[in-house]
Amino acid sequence: MTAPIIRIDNITKSFGRLTVLDGLSMNVMPGEKLALIGPSGSGKTTILRILMTLEHINGGQIEVDGGQLFHMEKAGALVPADERHLHTMREKIGMVFQHFNLFPHKCVLDNVTLAPMLTKGVPRADAEKNAMVLLDMVGLADKAKSMPSQLSGGQKQRVAIARALALSPKIMLFDEVTSALDPELVEEVLNVMRKLAEETDMTMLLVTHEMGFAHDFADRVLFFDRGKIVEEGKPDDIFSHPKQERTQAFLRKIIAAGHRV
Amino acid sequence: MEWDWDFVWQIMPTLLQGFKITILATILGAAVALVIGLVFAVLRMTAPRPIARVTGFIVEFIRGTPLLVQLYFLFFVLPDIGIRLPALVAGVIGLGIHYGTYISEVYRGGIENVPRGQWEAAKATNLTTRQAWIHVILPQAIPPMIPALANYIIAMFKETPLLSAITVLELMNQAKSIANSNYRYIEPMTLVGVFFLVISLISVFFLRKLEARYSRVDER
Repeated sequence: MTAPIIRIDNITKSFGRLTVLDGLSMNVMPGEKLALIGPSGSGKTTILRILMTLEHINGGQIEVDGGQLFHMEKAGALVPADERHLHTMREKIGMVFQHFNLFPHKCVLDNVTLAPMLTKGVPRADAEKNAMVLLDMVGLADKAKSMPSQLSGGQKQRVAIARALALSPKIMLFDEVTSALDPELVEEVLNVMRKLAEETDMTMLLVTHEMGFAHDFADRVLFFDRGKIVEEGKPDDIFSHPKQERTQAFLRKIIAAGHRV
Repeated sequence: MEWDWDFVWQIMPTLLQGFKITILATILGAAVALVIGLVFAVLRMTAPRPIARVTGFIVEFIRGTPLLVQLYFLFFVLPDIGIRLPALVAGVIGLGIHYGTYISEVYRGGIENVPRGQWEAAKATNLTTRQAWIHVILPQAIPPMIPALANYIIAMFKETPLLSAITVLELMNQAKSIANSNYRYIEPMTLVGVFFLVISLISVFFLRKLEARYSRVDER
């Protein structure tokens, strides 16, 4: 039995008086492709943001790849992690955002090479070689010298994926990566992700409203509502035979809204 | 009263002398303002709350009082407590602090205008805070600030005649003393105006270029 690569243990998170996650526990196995679905405000994006350390937790513990994420050991006791520890832990995790967040003042190539050069001391020539391999994989090798403002949304998002991959994280987080795209551009991004899922054994967590894609992509689907996992299981079970009333209601609403399942 | 060209040529060397001081005061004042402004902005944005609030109060206080009064304090009142500054130094400090308060707001606005997603992307790609500032935030924050900064420096240039009130021998002061000793005002005062107009027009020309170059808003 292999150990989980992510172990979330009884975490809580609130923003002011609003409790978003209340005693959530879940595990993710190495190489697993996980889809997190649920209504907006259900806490699924918050989980990704917490794993990326963009948000801190108010209680509980998270273990990533054998190390504590928000805690570190000091004289035999667990104490809150300092910036240095967080920096080490972030190395294991990459994230792709809904709004791409490319660095607009840098060309596509520099967007991809910046972090490896700064955080891992990779020489420019090597970083660029690797970046070109990744840009080729996402189908944008010919755009290496373009500025982000010259790209379509779908192209920007593919660059963002290459940028995250350039640090070769063990875990990739995809936060509604197609939600900000025009419908005709969604497929090119999903294709890249399919390829990624097939060709690598990276652990991937996906928050999405694309139910059809979640069905094909994921090994396991988690349905969230109000900060709790209401139901989880294989994609076929969740999408074809949801057991919980709330899951059924959510899927009905999604289908009525015209999303593909 | 008629315009006398001979008089113009006669007073030109003295006026140019004054003009050199005007330019010097502007350049030094701008340098002080750019640094002081950064200090104010950083204190207000990142210092612990009490310090940030005190800084905020100081900034409002300086902005709410006339530059001329501040110059009088620096030059005529400070000696009462034993601080004697040469006139030009007092003038440069006065200009620098006064305009530094305005410039700090430019810095603050520029930095706060960089979307939060940029900080998050920097963090997600594991840059340190320092690396995020240097490679991601400042390169995006500074270019849009440049036209506004240039604007304040041009405004400051046009306020340098105030330094004549604290005996700095800049353009206005030289013109005044020429006028007073010759009982002719039209030539020296006209020339002062022309000097300022020429530099202002040139500056505005370059400012427009800067604006055209940096005001392009890149999509993110």
